[in-house]
Amino acid sequence: MYAFDYQRPKSLAEAGSVLKATGGKVLAGGQTLIPAMKLRLAQPGNLVDLGGVADLKGITQHGGAVRIGAMTTHAAVAESSVVKAALPGLAGLAAGIGDPHVRNRGTIGGSVANNDPAADYPAAVLALGATVHTSKRAIGADQFFTGLFSTALEDDEIITHIDFPVAESFAYAKFANPASRYALVGVAVAKTSAGVRVAVTGAGDSGVFRLADAEKALGSDFSAKAVSGLKVDASNLMSDIHAEADYRAHLIGVMLKRAVG
Amino acid sequence: MTDQGIGASVKRKEDLRFITGKGQYVDDINRQGQTYAVFVRSPHAHANIKSIATKDALSSPGVLAVFTGEDIAADKVGGLICGWMIHSKDGSPMKAGPHPALAQGKVRYVGDHVAVVIAETLAQAKDAAEKVEVDYDVLPAAVDPAKTQAAGQPQVHAEAPNNTVYQWHLGDKEAVDAAFAKAAHVTKIDLVNNRLVPNAMEPRAAIGDYDAGLDTFTLWTTSQNPHVARLVLSAFIGIAPENKLRVIAPDVGGGFGSKIFIYAEETVCIWAAKKVGRPVKWTAERSESFYADAHGRDHVTTAELALDANGRMLALRAATKANLGAYLSTFASSVPTYLYAPLLSGQYNIPAIYCEVDGVYTNTTPVDAYRGAGRPEATFVVERLVEVAARETGRDPAELRRANFITQFPHETPVIMTYDAGNYAACLDKALEMADYKGFGQRKAASAAKGKLRGIGFSAYIEACGIAPSRAVGSLGAGVGLWESAEIRVNPVGTVEVLTGSHSHGQGHETTMAQIVSSKLGVPIDSVSIVHGDTDKVQMGMGTYGSRSGAVGGSAIVKAAEKVIAKGKRVAAACMEVEEDQVDFDNGEFSARGTNKKMTFGEVALQAYVAHKFDPEKIEPGLKEGSFYDPKNFTFPSGVHIAEVEIDMATGVTRVDRWTAVDDFGVLINPMIVEGQVHGGIAQGVGQALLEGARYDESGQLVTASFMDYSMPRASDVPSFNVAMTNTPCPSNPLGVKGCGEAGAIAAPAAMINAITNALGHEDVAMPATPQSVWRAIQKMPAKAAE
Amino acid sequence: MTTVTMTVNGRSVTADVDPRTLLVDFLRSNLRLTGTHVGCDTSQCGACVVHVDGRAIKSCTALAASCEGAQVTTIEGIGTAAKLHPMQEAFREHHALQCGFCTPGMIMAGIDIVNRKGTSVDEATIREELEGNMCRCTGYHNIVKAIETGAAGMAGAKQAAE
Repeated sequence: MYAFDYQRPKSLAEAGSVLKATGGKVLAGGQTLIPAMKLRLAQPGNLVDLGGVADLKGITQHGGAVRIGAMTTHAAVAESSVVKAALPGLAGLAAGIGDPHVRNRGTIGGSVANNDPAADYPAAVLALGATVHTSKRAIGADQFFTGLFSTALEDDEIITHIDFPVAESFAYAKFANPASRYALVGVAVAKTSAGVRVAVTGAGDSGVFRLADAEKALGSDFSAKAVSGLKVDASNLMSDIHAEADYRAHLIGVMLKRAVG
Repeated sequence: MTDQGIGASVKRKEDLRFITGKGQYVDDINRQGQTYAVFVRSPHAHANIKSIATKDALSSPGVLAVFTGEDIAADKVGGLICGWMIHSKDGSPMKAGPHPALAQGKVRYVGDHVAVVIAETLAQAKDAAEKVEVDYDVLPAAVDPAKTQAAGQPQVHAEAPNNTVYQWHLGDKEAVDAAFAKAAHVTKIDLVNNRLVPNAMEPRAAIGDYDAGLDTFTLWTTSQNPHVARLVLSAFIGIAPENKLRVIAPDVGGGFGSKIFIYAEETVCIWAAKKVGRPVKWTAERSESFYADAHGRDHVTTAELALDANGRMLALRAATKANLGAYLSTFASSVPTYLYAPLLSGQYNIPAIYCEVDGVYTNTTPVDAYRGAGRPEATFVVERLVEVAARETGRDPAELRRANFITQFPHETPVIMTYDAGNYAACLDKALEMADYKGFGQRKAASAAKGKLRGIGFSAYIEACGIAPSRAVGSLGAGVGLWESAEIRVNPVGTVEVLTGSHSHGQGHETTMAQIVSSKLGVPIDSVSIVHGDTDKVQMGMGTYGSRSGAVGGSAIVKAAEKVIAKGKRVAAACMEVEEDQVDFDNGEFSARGTNKKMTFGEVALQAYVAHKFDPEKIEPGLKEGSFYDPKNFTFPSGVHIAEVEIDMATGVTRVDRWTAVDDFGVLINPMIVEGQVHGGIAQGVGQALLEGARYDESGQLVTASFMDYSMPRASDVPSFNVAMTNTPCPSNPLGVKGCGEAGAIAAPAAMINAITNALGHEDVAMPATPQSVWRAIQKMPAKAAE
Repeated sequence: MTTVTMTVNGRSVTADVDPRTLLVDFLRSNLRLTGTHVGCDTSQCGACVVHVDGRAIKSCTALAASCEGAQVTTIEGIGTAAKLHPMQEAFREHHALQCGFCTPGMIMAGIDIVNRKGTSVDEATIREELEGNMCRCTGYHNIVKAIETGAAGMAGAKQAAE
């Protein structure tokens, strides 16, 4: 790790002002940031640790949405009775992130803000059309993710919580990378009164994306059969040693069917 | 014999410190005034070093020194060596380039050592290492072992034209050609034995320390063979004479071969300790382990098997290109030659065998012994050939094997080895029963009903262990003898210290060797301490690899124990005032035949030291004996493993559903520990077959350089294993043991691929059979292709 | 430098640390608790698993400073040679360790599995829950058995305490 200055603010306001003053980087659960720093791939001069900000944690039912505080761990989401009752597929997604130790430390805010193209949460946020609330504003899912590791967040903007609309059904099917256990392909399918939304993570060469053809097919017939013949275009998918684009395209179809059930 | 002796599954003595976090691994050790070394490594696979600027690094906070290849050369620090001379078929010696501990003008693989920065703290050393400016003239790289010998390829070492280290062969080419000419059926396969990264969970580490008052060096190192390290560092690299150099390998967290070798980092730490006048510590980060620990396997092979009309094997031939990497590591040359081709007879009576091996340089990490070392590669060739031959000729794979098993012993193969004992049919019968081979059809149908494929695969392996008879390996080019030493020190109260030249890094020697002593001397294992891993305590030894510690190291202990008993009898005879040949020793008690006189082992030990009751002209005081045991033959563990897999056609995911292993290791010292060795070996073999594979891109960058990209077997990747033994004692050593450490890793890859190809109905899938490659293979299935 | 205070194995410790000090470095270097190991640099191997506020985490992927006020338990804090934790005892009983390097992390993970999944946790669940712990020696066979037995032992210990 490169040397850095460390701040541990006690409140969101303090965190915001420290961030603004120092131009630092937010440390949430650190499960991606710290390994990157250890390998000297990330070099923040200032680190603002949100671990001391109490009111960023917690899960509540908030109208028609499940509200999850940004510093809520994956384990807490997976075990939450609120999430299990309202969006069991989201609890299942959280239960499959990384490994148990990572889930005890990693947070939803950190995952969403990092927007790793192989992370699981972005698929849920996008499929459910969740709203990302920050220290400054509320950002809709469709506006939030802007490309590989990039989001609509400004440098001194901190995610406070995310509202996930309670869906008629929501499921996430993941094909894990055999080495890293990140998503090689992850497909989230949400059915709400507004229609069906399908989001794919792990596969797109510019990060999480929606699968319009699948949404259309499922919109008229919400069944695995409706998408069984669906051809996924491989041209904008990633290729790496674990999966070339055509295999990823194929897996999207398989995971899509499994998510629909 | 005691209930803790040979054959008892006693709990391990070493466990208490490990389960309470009290183990002492190298990185747990800290020396007063310790400094930290960080290596500057080449980012290029192949480049000339135009210049190295160290000024900014040297002025960086906390930095004590920056050394480069020039400093190594100025101090006349010798290069790293390869200790086994291989001669090409034309009789010429292998062609090896120099292997300096820090690069001299040229780097040859990504991770090659360019400079070392030594600083007060690790963070300071890392910060400064980034300030070492190296100006490279980047060259094209030779990466692919199949192509590296071709004209126009970049040359790794000027000394080895066409990147060819040797063109070696073994066997009778003419006899093989003649046999193929009259064969009723020839099976031919092309194989790649994928490159593996050993990944012992403890990364390599070293602390070099120099005592200016005594002019002595001490190296704490993660070694499987500290005495060999001392020998090489002293006699070849020239750090210090052996009497001035102490090498300590404390608790070592796994080795699997990768900690046999004498590497650049350890060499630099011990050398630099004197230069900076402070202890120098280095601990590998895992990403360094990926670049700098010797890799394993990496063969490209074409192999053929000739059968007569009745399915009798007539001949086998194989041609292999073995990737040795950018430099020859310590035993690199022997692995694809004498540890490989002599095993190509497998368990079968094959009249003629011929094998050609080209050892080749590439701009990749050096390749050397990794669990099994040559023998897994041989088994993969033989057992894939046999399985494919059975399919091609419509024979049951178990029965084709059985029909060709060697049944008479000793059996001389056409490739050097003389198998001393075995009962291959017994293993096969037991394995078939345990695996419920008869019920496979039903299980396959049940899988098919779920839309899944099911396959079963065999591997009937043989290995040559108990490495090795010194004269034999000497005649084949080894630079050392491969005996083992033991010293038994009996204390006056009858407790025992056993010094062994073997080294335990997970094998449980503190328990099994105590069990041997308990059996021989009749003392409880708690009274026996095993001392190893320190050249100041144990005089000399050859270390632990090649499943040798039980067969060779254990036999040395037996020999030393016999000498202790013989001396004890003389002491007892004097004390009991009887003739020496009247004294019997049994179960810890000396007794005088025909009398009621008895002395316990402890009483005799005490009398040996008190020395009041015997004539010093005839009997020396004390009770301490040593032995150097040199085996008269290799040992030949064998077994049958049966893998059963289920494949998800939609994703290509292969699940190992059942694993049956029946192994014949001869006499078992501790069956619990032996089974544990088998489990671990199978997991590594399944890892090779399904998950693991080091991959380089065309420029020579290692693209699988962390656990993020290199798939390690995890608990969910393997099933519980169904393990059993048959026991044909080994006649070639006093314990009757054969060695068990490598069996699983040798057997498993062929069983796995045979099972997967059985499920697929065609042979076109390579290791590692990742979901993607199996999915692609599914698309090529005869039924699929017809869709 | 930043000041951090935490409770490690029941003992309160305060130290000034470079902010880049990882929890595992703090344990190993400052407190000389070397039972917690480092086996990788990408948060995968699990040799460094400790409990923070009762939950298993990878101590190589947490800053010491982030553990301000935390209750940390390491392998040295769960049992002694004279009175082993049931999970430690089970690892010895089932020969669930060879080289011993991954063992502290495995034991801490095993206890965490039982804490979360209960004392009658089955083989499939154990294998799945060991996703974050690598072992190169044992093939996991005996580790899985040991955690099953350790779970039963923890149930017994809990009952005895009640």
